[in-house]
Amino acid sequence: MAFVTANWNPLGEAFYRKIELYEMGWNLKDGLRECLVAAAPYGGPIALLKGHNRRSPSARPQLEIYSSSGVPLASFPWKSGVVKQLGWTVSDDLLCVQEDGTVLVYDLLGGFKRHFSMGNEVSQSQVLETKIFHSPYGTGVAILTGALRFTLATNIDDIKLRRLPEVQGLQGAPTCWAVLTQDRQSKVLVANGSHLFVLDNTACTPVTPPGLSPQATSIVHMCVSFSYKYLALLTDSGHVWMGTSNLKEKLSEVDTKIKSPPKQMAWCRRPKSQQPSAVVMWDGLLAVVGECKETIQYHLDDDSILVPELDGVRIISACEEIFKIASMAPGALLLEAHKEYEKESQKADEYLREIKEQSLLSEAVRQCVEAAGHEHEPETQKTLLRAASFGKCFLSNFPPEQFVSMCRDLRVLNAVRDYTVGIPLTHTQFKQMTVQVLIDRLVYRKLYPLAIEVCRYLKTPEYQGVQQKEESDEGIAKAVSVKLADAAGISYSEIATKAYESGRTELAIKLLEFEPRSGEQVPLLLKMKKSPLALSKAIESGDTDLVYTVVMYLKNELNRGDFFMMLRNQPVALSLYKQFCKHQEQDTLKDLFNQDDDHEELGNFYVKASYKEQRLEARIALLQSAVDEYYKAKNEFSAKTTEDEMRLLRFQRKLEEEKGELLVGFSLHETMIALLSVGLHKHAEQLYKDFRVPDKRFWWLKLKALAEKEDWEELEKFAKSKKSPIGYLPFVEICIKHHNKYEAKKYVSKVTPEQKVKAHLAVGDMEGAAEAAIERRNESEISTVLARCSTTSDHLLMERLNRAKATVAKK
Amino acid sequence: MAHTERRDAPELPDFSLLKRLARDQLIFLLEQLPGKKDLFIDADLMSPLDRIANVTILKQHEVDKLYKVELKPIVSNSDQLCFLIRPRIQTVKWISDLVNSDKVAGRFRRYKIIFTPQKFYACETVLEEQGVFGDVTTDEWNFYILPLDDDILSLELPEFFRDNFLEGDQRWVTTAGSALHLLQSVYGSFSKVYGIGRCAKMVYESWRELMEEGEQRTRQPEFAKVFLIDRDVDYVTPLCSQVVYEGLVDDIFRIKCGSVEFGPDVTSSDKSIKVMLNSQDKVFNEIRNEHFSNVFGFLSQKAKNLQTAYDKRRGMDIQQMKAFVADELKGLKQEHRLLSLHIGASESMMKKKTKQDFQELLKTEHSLLEGFEIRECITYIEEHINRQVSMIDSLRLLCLLSITENGLLSKDYKSLKAQYFQSYGIDHLLTFANLRQLGLLEEQQAGETLTVMESKVGKLVNDKTVGKLTDAFSSLAKKSNFRALSKRLALVPKSGEEYDLRVPRDMAYIFSGAYIPLSCKLIEQVLERDGWTGLEEVTRMLNGQEFAVTGGSSGSEARNKTDAQRIVLVMFLGGCTFSEISALRFLGKERGCRFIVVTTAITNSARLLEALLDNHA
Repeated sequence: MAFVTANWNPLGEAFYRKIELYEMGWNLKDGLRECLVAAAPYGGPIALLKGHNRRSPSARPQLEIYSSSGVPLASFPWKSGVVKQLGWTVSDDLLCVQEDGTVLVYDLLGGFKRHFSMGNEVSQSQVLETKIFHSPYGTGVAILTGALRFTLATNIDDIKLRRLPEVQGLQGAPTCWAVLTQDRQSKVLVANGSHLFVLDNTACTPVTPPGLSPQATSIVHMCVSFSYKYLALLTDSGHVWMGTSNLKEKLSEVDTKIKSPPKQMAWCRRPKSQQPSAVVMWDGLLAVVGECKETIQYHLDDDSILVPELDGVRIISACEEIFKIASMAPGALLLEAHKEYEKESQKADEYLREIKEQSLLSEAVRQCVEAAGHEHEPETQKTLLRAASFGKCFLSNFPPEQFVSMCRDLRVLNAVRDYTVGIPLTHTQFKQMTVQVLIDRLVYRKLYPLAIEVCRYLKTPEYQGVQQKEESDEGIAKAVSVKLADAAGISYSEIATKAYESGRTELAIKLLEFEPRSGEQVPLLLKMKKSPLALSKAIESGDTDLVYTVVMYLKNELNRGDFFMMLRNQPVALSLYKQFCKHQEQDTLKDLFNQDDDHEELGNFYVKASYKEQRLEARIALLQSAVDEYYKAKNEFSAKTTEDEMRLLRFQRKLEEEKGELLVGFSLHETMIALLSVGLHKHAEQLYKDFRVPDKRFWWLKLKALAEKEDWEELEKFAKSKKSPIGYLPFVEICIKHHNKYEAKKYVSKVTPEQKVKAHLAVGDMEGAAEAAIERRNESEISTVLARCSTTSDHLLMERLNRAKATVAKK
Repeated sequence: MAHTERRDAPELPDFSLLKRLARDQLIFLLEQLPGKKDLFIDADLMSPLDRIANVTILKQHEVDKLYKVELKPIVSNSDQLCFLIRPRIQTVKWISDLVNSDKVAGRFRRYKIIFTPQKFYACETVLEEQGVFGDVTTDEWNFYILPLDDDILSLELPEFFRDNFLEGDQRWVTTAGSALHLLQSVYGSFSKVYGIGRCAKMVYESWRELMEEGEQRTRQPEFAKVFLIDRDVDYVTPLCSQVVYEGLVDDIFRIKCGSVEFGPDVTSSDKSIKVMLNSQDKVFNEIRNEHFSNVFGFLSQKAKNLQTAYDKRRGMDIQQMKAFVADELKGLKQEHRLLSLHIGASESMMKKKTKQDFQELLKTEHSLLEGFEIRECITYIEEHINRQVSMIDSLRLLCLLSITENGLLSKDYKSLKAQYFQSYGIDHLLTFANLRQLGLLEEQQAGETLTVMESKVGKLVNDKTVGKLTDAFSSLAKKSNFRALSKRLALVPKSGEEYDLRVPRDMAYIFSGAYIPLSCKLIEQVLERDGWTGLEEVTRMLNGQEFAVTGGSSGSEARNKTDAQRIVLVMFLGGCTFSEISALRFLGKERGCRFIVVTTAITNSARLLEALLDNHA
């Protein structure tokens, strides 16, 4: 196992190393030559504009956006004017500054967002040079115009253009310049030959860096550190001067011994480290300069770009690399100790003792943990963390938080450093930009699942992810669904829940549209107080159970009036609720009908209630209510019928009291039968008249009732009372049914000719039947009689019938 | 016989698997409550449960005593009570009361409610409102389908009809969807789904959702096609008197969960016998689909054959006799027993059904279907009501009249209704309101005289215009359009032609050749056309809501003329009658395919109407 610090290069007291982060996934034909390149800090994306100087419309430049790992994110031909400069905002938007001072803003995936202008003066005198800088106020743009004046906007989201005062004695373009943010103000530092000026809002002040070596005649390059605290100047003599940016203090000066102008220079430094250091890049050579006289030099194969980061420099070429700084003291011993321990060697104890004797163990543990944070290789991270946890065992009260949070952070970092995600964040950067921002960035890159995972993993209470206020809700919802379309088992409702929790109700609703399971949609909608929507969703689903859930929820949530109103617009829910009320809350049911002025249903309701009522008075009262309602509903028929019923009930009660017959509850028909069967003919007659019972019915029922009683005498009387509206065949049949042939025969003669045959047959009088059939010369009747004749006894009759049939047939 | 099995008829899948699944789950649930327990079962779950797990099995799993849920106070000494119920608010309320009264009495018991086929939120709400939610544990027994026979699967949910069509309560839609999903997961996916009706559409949606949620299993499908149909597409068919043997047995004796109880008049003894009626019963299997007029002849022939078989033993030597007793006698005895039962049943039916009034009833029905001598029919119905012949039958005739005539004239409607009330009481006001809501029994509105116009105009102008007119008219009110449908689909064969019921020509034989059931005709037409094209006018008259979806299995696979491709699953939402099943069996034989009927319950005219009664009985 190689020692982890083997690839570190010492520079004075500090150590530097260059590690390869990614094998870039892009496929660049011409490398980075002739390209405008911009890379966003914090492991942000890279934008490339190829051939930006081509002006002919036939060969439009191509704008390409890649992730840090070179995964293409977007690519489109550039159709606007000539681009002077590309740059990224803090929120990962791409700025394209055009010659005429127009700035176009694109999102990370190449979608156009907006544009703004840097003012008339700029557009008239054209842009000469542009720098995009980040300040505490956001991202700013600084422009040097053709008229050699500087125009500045500190925050592109809230543009306030500032025109800086003229630089004294400036004839041509300055040799170099940089934007500084100091004292809550953005200033421009301009070098014209060996003269240095600071431009602020009001004045142009000449300054001199303390202790700048006198050989220099001109400052050819300058760069400001990430934090704007330090400044590095490169002179034509090849000296690098490093100092504070307020030009009050000199930190060091190093001679690079290279006199040619560099391509780029950048600060490479950890926030809290004391050693200043800068990286200077020439064609094919990279030098790290620091406090001491030496420099570390690396050879570069390709054209490269430096991206200053908070704690290092990213070098973009065909492959991306990073400089990192670290120093290890007691931690290294601990690491060794742990290694020995793993080898089960007693040396472990020796090392440990050594650390302990210096009572540096906790320091060692801390260092190991920290070091792990700065490592990119998971294997190395693990080794370091294991060492730390090993050391921790010997400490009684070492606070575990740091270790735990580091483990967690590393997991996240490793995830986002993954090639497919391509955000090579270092731990320091991560701490600086906070989880929220990281998640925002993930979301911005439409890496929603990862963002959610990270949130969940870090137990971030809210899902801040879905907070891109710029995009419409619809857009996000669609984007989310597209992203997740193929992934099975994604719960849109969960995402929506998060969206709601972060206050984006509309988005949550849109997201829910994608949720195929209504069972998941509805509860959330309820939670969001979108009850009408929840209700209609539930109904749409056809899942009654869901509808119930919503209805019950609403019932408790709303006041009665609102609740009813809502139900009224949803017939399905209403009918369900009615069902529920039928079993549970009869009165509510009534209220419901009342509210709707549904008198018909109210009538029905009262009728139904009347059945359940035992006491007659109450029953009649209910029926009266029903009558009133039916009248209101203009249903006279039902009203009349109900009134009849009331009349009948009263009548029945009266008779019950008088005669002691149990009648209440019988239908009219049944009542009459009951009356007839006990011989109360008069009363039956009364009902017959009062209720306008059709004659036929009365005859039928009286016939049946008398026969039932076998009151033949009364039957005969009845038959003779007047002409029967139902004919006399029923009389014959009913007698036969009660096995009284004798009585039956009495009525045969009264039967109409058409029914004679039937009547005769009914009483079993074959001859009579035959007689009648022949008389009527009806073939089918003759056949009927024939069929009933038995071959043995009715021989003669049959012959007669057959003869008659033949004659009838002839005719 | 017309109904001999075709040789090339496809094998039906083995549905006993469904029973096994249900049984295993039930046992699992029972074991969740260890120790002795009393089991209370919803009355209408008794028979289905018996088909899944009989008493012996229940006892094996520590069920001590079995009770029927009667919504009355209980007498049970057990410390553990288990309730196996349908998710009904009433029952749950009863259980809550029970728990509460135990609480008052200071008695501690464990309660477990097993809802089948699923639990409903409303039920849990009741538990909550009654304050016993924490005292009971609830579970679901996903017993969706009971195989009644080789080709009949039932959800055993008679209330589906009323809940869904009358009350507008769609709680069972998901149940039906789950049932289909279950079939699919056990027996493979379907290549094509057709359907008509609002509920059918919803069931399909719910099923599709389940499909999308669950993992896809590509399997050789066991059914080719599925047809979903709402009961309210065709009310005429279930309202007609059944005259096919099985249907008739159902009408008269009421087949319950695949078995029937023959009373003493059938068994010609003093006790009743419970008989399972399915394809296992060889005698029954041969006559179940026959028109009743053929049954008696067939049975007597069978009896003669049996006699001959018995007679064989005359002149046998000892050895032969031994073989006879060992091999044949048992079978013969069994057949003998069944034969005598069915003969008894037929006799009893004959007594009832050959009587004159039944003939007249049939005649009236046929007239209504054909649409002639309507006046006479109305008079007949009036008399029927006045004489209090039968509450349900009168109602049935009224409904048939209304549907076939697109509603009753206002005068007739009022007078018939008044007479009905006189006979059976005013509480039927609500019944009539229900019938009207379903469009079963309606009063013609003034505007509807247009219908007459419409049919007249129809003769004069071309089809397209008629279509538009019909559209306009049907938007006025939900109408049955029976007459127009009948003409378009040729449901009523030309009268006057002799119809030999022994050799049926078409599905009309199940109604003595008077009417081809609309539901089955639709199925036939759609399968023939492989969709709804060409039936646009028909579906318009049925209020649309038709759909056809090509389903899970790939097209190339579906091309294979495997057995499975000739099996069609028909799901009736709201119940189907035995007559319809017979008609489909006939259709299957004609087309060389087989139908499997899935229904929410077996229904007939009486059950259908009883579900809509709202009198206080």
